Amino acid sequence: MALTRDEVLHIAALARLGLSDDEVARLQGQLSAILDYFERLKSVDTEGLAPTSHSVPLVNVLREDEPHPSLSCEAVLGNAPRHEDGFIKVRKVLE
Amino acid sequence: MSRPLHELGVVEARELLQRREVNARELAAAVLRRVEEVEPRVRAYITVTADLALQQAAEADARLARAEGGLLTGVPVCVKDVLCTAGVRTTAGSRILEGFVPPYDAHVYRRLRAEGAVMVGKGNMDEFAMGSSTENSAYFPTRNPWDLDRVPGGSSGGSAASIVAGEALASVGSDTGGSIRQPASLCGLVGLKPTYGRVSRFGLIAFASSLDQVGPFAMTVRDAARMLRVIAGYDPRDSTSIDRPVPDYEAALGDDLRGLRMGVPREYFVEGMEPGVREAVLRAVGMSGELGAVVDREVSLPSTDHALAVYYILAPSEASSNLARYDGVKYGYSFQAGGSMWEEMEQTRGRGFGDEVKRRIMLGTYALSAGYYDAYYLKAQKVRTRIRHEFEAAFERCDVLVAPTSPTVAFPIGSRVDDPLAMYLSDVCTIPVNIAGLPGVSIPCGFSDGLPVGLQVIGRPFDEATVLRVAYALEQALGVAGRRPAL
Repeated sequence: MALTRDEVLHIAALARLGLSDDEVARLQGQLSAILDYFERLKSVDTEGLAPTSHSVPLVNVLREDEPHPSLSCEAVLGNAPRHEDGFIKVRKVLE
Repeated sequence: MSRPLHELGVVEARELLQRREVNARELAAAVLRRVEEVEPRVRAYITVTADLALQQAAEADARLARAEGGLLTGVPVCVKDVLCTAGVRTTAGSRILEGFVPPYDAHVYRRLRAEGAVMVGKGNMDEFAMGSSTENSAYFPTRNPWDLDRVPGGSSGGSAASIVAGEALASVGSDTGGSIRQPASLCGLVGLKPTYGRVSRFGLIAFASSLDQVGPFAMTVRDAARMLRVIAGYDPRDSTSIDRPVPDYEAALGDDLRGLRMGVPREYFVEGMEPGVREAVLRAVGMSGELGAVVDREVSLPSTDHALAVYYILAPSEASSNLARYDGVKYGYSFQAGGSMWEEMEQTRGRGFGDEVKRRIMLGTYALSAGYYDAYYLKAQKVRTRIRHEFEAAFERCDVLVAPTSPTVAFPIGSRVDDPLAMYLSDVCTIPVNIAGLPGVSIPCGFSDGLPVGLQVIGRPFDEATVLRVAYALEQALGVAGRRPAL
């Protein structure tokens, strides 16, 4: 299945990945080859089979809603590239 | 002492420390000297924590003096750089986390420390554990101690190579599609992927959450059993962690396999498998019969051939979602040169991630995108069910399955980097085990052209004890464990 250049750019935009022109060209070929390989799954009979999202039979793991100690604000902000007055600073979302 | 300290085993070192024939500081110092000597050639560590190791070793000596030793007190270990260590830089092999210093410990690291282990450093790895050769590390490739021009396997290549090179006595890695077992096979040591849910993933930097599992590496099965006992167990901070008692795995080890039903699934002897690998694996199968196992060669797992495609849909899909968190806002590399919020985020991710990571994010995003979800993701999840059912049927008639770990021995550095699919095929024998969430171990079973060959033993969910028992009996009978290359 051959991906077009526009399709590669569309996926990159969905993934918020800034790609160079070279990368777009290379990925176009590589992803197409890998998607071709995936075609083999079409022939597998999966009629009546439920999907497995998880190999362990666990559902709805709950705990009591009780407060626990957590990391300090300083510890959490320590890795933030930009922060001010105890808040993480982000760029303007709306222009 | 006949052997240098850095070549001691885990249980062996722990006994010498207990008897005060060796102290933890001299053991740590010996390992750190070895690191200085061989690390320029092997490059197993992204970060060496020498000062911390000596400090932890001093604490270990104090504990031993008070007769308060744990299961690993004073044992120097390597920790894959995908496990968070409070106050110690943790990169996941990526530029995007180059300066990341976690504010908390992964559960596994906390367990290792609680039992007294001494951390030598953080093991090199393929970026975000995506790869089979450690060539995708954003920092440098690790080299195979058996042949420095070859890869150590991956993604936990540093965790594997460090032990064989004498730069740690044991280590922990993570295995999403073979990232513990395949490097164990290529470097000639023991590597175990536990059942999904056996070991907490808390503090493990996520790749594919339904497949990731943390496990041990060591030179011998007994040492791996000791390590597993330490890191296994319930942790409420990982909601997929299972609350089941942790057995004393060492107590389950024994020399014979009488009454054991061993299956040899024919689909694992794949096309393209090297003759030397086939020969060494079949020799181990023959040995199992001599040890009393009933060998069943009629076992079939017909969907094995589809596992690779299933994996390369599911794992990148989960990864594309997990890696959305690297946005340059909360932590990690942040591109800041003006522009809009979206432009900065795209540049942060475009510059911070390496080629393989970008490729998998793109694949996963595509597989999950509108119009393709059913054809790829949902279809792969259904085939996953089929693969699980086939394993369940096989385990009705067998107690364990044995197979090669990798179809080839260690390959030359650079030989597969330009062909992603060829690289993906490195994991064809290990991936189905992750898809089904089963435990699997790789042990050395022979050599081909002077390079180690691994045998994989796969068990029922939560039956690591039987997997280790079989691995131990074969290790004793085969007599190839514990060999190290001259470096």
